[in-house]
Amino acid sequence: MESVSELLTEQEAAIYDRQIRIWGADAQRKLSKARILVVGITGVVAETCKNIVLAGIGSLVLMDDSPMTFEASAANFLVPFDELEGQGNSIATVCASSLRDFNPMVQVSVEEGGISSKPDEFYDRFDAVIMGRSSITLRTQVNEACRKRPHRVAFYSVDCRGTCGSLFVDLQRHSFTSKKAGDDKAAQQDISFPSLQEALNVPWSSFNKRTSKLLFALRIIDQFEVGVGRRPGQLSSQDLPDLISYRGKMCAIQKVPESFVPENLLQKLASVGGTELPPVCAIIGGILGQELIKAMSCKGEPLKNFFFFDASDGKGIIECVVPSQMNDH
Amino acid sequence: MGSEEERIAIEKEKVLMVGAGGIGCELLKTLALTGFKHIHLIDMDTIEVSNLNRQFLFRKSHVGQSKAKVAREAVLKFRPGVDIVAHHGNVKNAEFDIDFFKQFSVVLNGLDNLEARRHVNRLCLAAGVPLVESGTTGYLGQVTVHIKGKTECYECQPKPAPKSYPVCTITSTPSKLIHCIVWAKELALAKLFGDKSQVNELDVRPSVLADAKADTNEVGNDADFFELRRGESTWQFAGRVFDRIFGYNIETALQNEDTWKARRRPDPLYLDKILPPEEFTAEENGNGEIENPTVSAMVTLGLKNPQKIWDVQENARVFLETIQLFFKRRSKDIGKLVFDKDDQLAVEFVTAAANLRAHSFGIPMQSLFEAKGMAGNIIHAIATTNACIAGLIVLEALKLLTKRTEQCRMTYCVEHPTRKMLLVPVEPAEPNPHCYVCSETPLVLEVNTVTATMRDVIEKVLKRKLGVDSPVIMQGSSLLYETGDDLEEDMAAHYASLLNKSLASYPTPITTGVVLTVEDYHQDFRCSLHVKHRETFDEEKEPDGMLITGDIASVVNTDDTLQPKIVADEDLSNKVENGHGEDDDDDDDMVMFTPETLAGAKRKLEEEESLPVEKRLKIQQLPAMS
Repeated sequence: MESVSELLTEQEAAIYDRQIRIWGADAQRKLSKARILVVGITGVVAETCKNIVLAGIGSLVLMDDSPMTFEASAANFLVPFDELEGQGNSIATVCASSLRDFNPMVQVSVEEGGISSKPDEFYDRFDAVIMGRSSITLRTQVNEACRKRPHRVAFYSVDCRGTCGSLFVDLQRHSFTSKKAGDDKAAQQDISFPSLQEALNVPWSSFNKRTSKLLFALRIIDQFEVGVGRRPGQLSSQDLPDLISYRGKMCAIQKVPESFVPENLLQKLASVGGTELPPVCAIIGGILGQELIKAMSCKGEPLKNFFFFDASDGKGIIECVVPSQMNDH
Repeated sequence: MGSEEERIAIEKEKVLMVGAGGIGCELLKTLALTGFKHIHLIDMDTIEVSNLNRQFLFRKSHVGQSKAKVAREAVLKFRPGVDIVAHHGNVKNAEFDIDFFKQFSVVLNGLDNLEARRHVNRLCLAAGVPLVESGTTGYLGQVTVHIKGKTECYECQPKPAPKSYPVCTITSTPSKLIHCIVWAKELALAKLFGDKSQVNELDVRPSVLADAKADTNEVGNDADFFELRRGESTWQFAGRVFDRIFGYNIETALQNEDTWKARRRPDPLYLDKILPPEEFTAEENGNGEIENPTVSAMVTLGLKNPQKIWDVQENARVFLETIQLFFKRRSKDIGKLVFDKDDQLAVEFVTAAANLRAHSFGIPMQSLFEAKGMAGNIIHAIATTNACIAGLIVLEALKLLTKRTEQCRMTYCVEHPTRKMLLVPVEPAEPNPHCYVCSETPLVLEVNTVTATMRDVIEKVLKRKLGVDSPVIMQGSSLLYETGDDLEEDMAAHYASLLNKSLASYPTPITTGVVLTVEDYHQDFRCSLHVKHRETFDEEKEPDGMLITGDIASVVNTDDTLQPKIVADEDLSNKVENGHGEDDDDDDDMVMFTPETLAGAKRKLEEEESLPVEKRLKIQQLPAMS
């Protein structure tokens, strides 16, 4: 028998009625205890935050000190129009205020300072970290910090550029219940994930032809941005020759032909720079929100471990990128 | 995508959104962010608390207000420059006619019921405006594109018809909880608190007994049995009703031995065997006669957890308490109550009555939470799927507006990856040359012309199966039926007098070989029905006593032959937990397999599909939803 304190409140039951019918009251209770950190608020991150706040996570901490600009709000509906007039508020402050309004049952707060300035113990306050657009160096650093904590801190990174969106997931070790297709009984399963660095180390020659080309194209862009010291997303068509030369170097190291990464894909990604397309943000933010809900409620098989979407062909593809020694798992 | 010309094109195009619910809120936000400047939005619903977990443009303080209007206000806060026209009304209203539709470059649907979807499909075909159609259920969703003459229309492929339970399954031989819920909702609740003038089969006996003369003077046939008698307390009344419907009626049914030869015999339930006498003979409390629409038996009985399954005693207490509370606190509703899933007391009554009946028939009981989902045909809806689907709708709209129609795709959002994909694009199919909506395929109506009336044909076939709203029926050049406010009184009377005549007794008998023409001017819809007389129908499979065939969408039964092209992957057989019938008359979202919503009175013993989950999901996954 459940004790009364474990029951959802009447208010929770009324508001979450439709979703409890999908994932059950037990999953809802687990979700309501999840503590989430968000670093860097782009359009797709705003979408994700909306989804998890509506779903009823426990608490959300937003980190993004950048000042509110027109550009920053281009794909972000959490910014009211009258905030744009340079009132000196940070993006995190403005977005937190909108999100609180979405669901008063979720605690939304703002953490100031850059993520690299935080001690590793900082992560102990969270069950999951979501990183918006950031350099590959910072992403791997934060991922490693999450992995060192005594309790599991799940790690997600997400970015949308033009028609393309990408996700990375590291749940370390994860137990969940899932109903398999064609089976009525939910079974307990355990899976493990490689870190971002481990996934990056997987040789390109081990992928097959059907692997999403975005996996490689975005790697080249990551390396380029770090290599020439660009702010992530700060690139244009003029950078194409440089990107092609990065492709040459990286393909040589990986022992694959240059044609492995199509030039027109690099061209496309270079020309859109850091622009986010709102419909693509909605799609990726929807998928990420759902993944977070699955992981925090320990219900449903999580996506492992990359996801790519390109509106040009409309495919949303999962790529499982794990070192060969983890394959057995 | 994203070029300057495209941006300008998007800014000047005018789009129509139908539905401001789960998908609608997401869609309006994404359209505004994407740069759309001229948006019309139609929704007839008002905001409810259970919308707030996903319809993020709404707040608790908005409950009861127009969805379309509140959604508009909310979006203007972050994109004040967008010209949004909010219509709080039914898309089927006459003001939204073909000319209204013609002003738009594209129509985007975020609807929750088949009836409205079909209507919009027909108007889009008539106005020549492309349609992007969508739906979600739980983790599943789909977006489809319909361009007249180029791709299939929304009705080119079969839609599952609503499940009709044979009357005797509901009244005499339930075998699943849903049968008991239909009984509790459509018969017990309606009999006690609903419109007394409606036909109600709560007392229908097995047919053999109905003929037995001996039965005619039994307590059962007094028409006012279910009325509170002079001098009777509500407790006494509730107890009398209990013993009657769970005890006496079951005993009566047991006398029909034939029924139980191959079935488990039900156990009659009487109050004195379930509750200690002091409980149900207790004097009622004298005071507290203040009307209160939010009163709840669970609260007064101290039952806290809606997910717990009550035992027989608890169900009996809830049953008695709900009746008492209806009479004492909801007396204004008595005589006109219609089941509503947001009416707590009605849900409590239906749960208790269904469970008691289930117990009697050896069917496992369920919690109020589950029973509510079944009784209310609640769609499982979450924000994340709606957000994805809205994004996909906008991508298709962009292709349509920038004339890249060859790039249009139908996209399925799935729970378990299929060929590594969570978002699965498929090329739209060509129009179905046998579609009765977008091509002119005649239909065959098999009916017993001697017993069936024109009213039967209109209600069961034209409105329900063919989705015709205001039918005009012609036989050759003579008009047999039409509706409309501008109809002359004598003509209206003439049509009314014909309605209850059997087809064969029409002035020019309607029987095998006759071709009827059916039109709906509002929908610009027309089709011909070839009548074929048939003597008998299978009560289980054809409870309407009619069969419509041809390549007609809604009548095809949902079976495995409907598997679509890409279903080869078994991954597509996703599961929906707790899958019950779906069709939600107020809830935004979804729905691929949502059957028609019928007005309460017309609805009688019908419920939605209760196909096995596997089958239903195949349907959901593909053809049915397109």
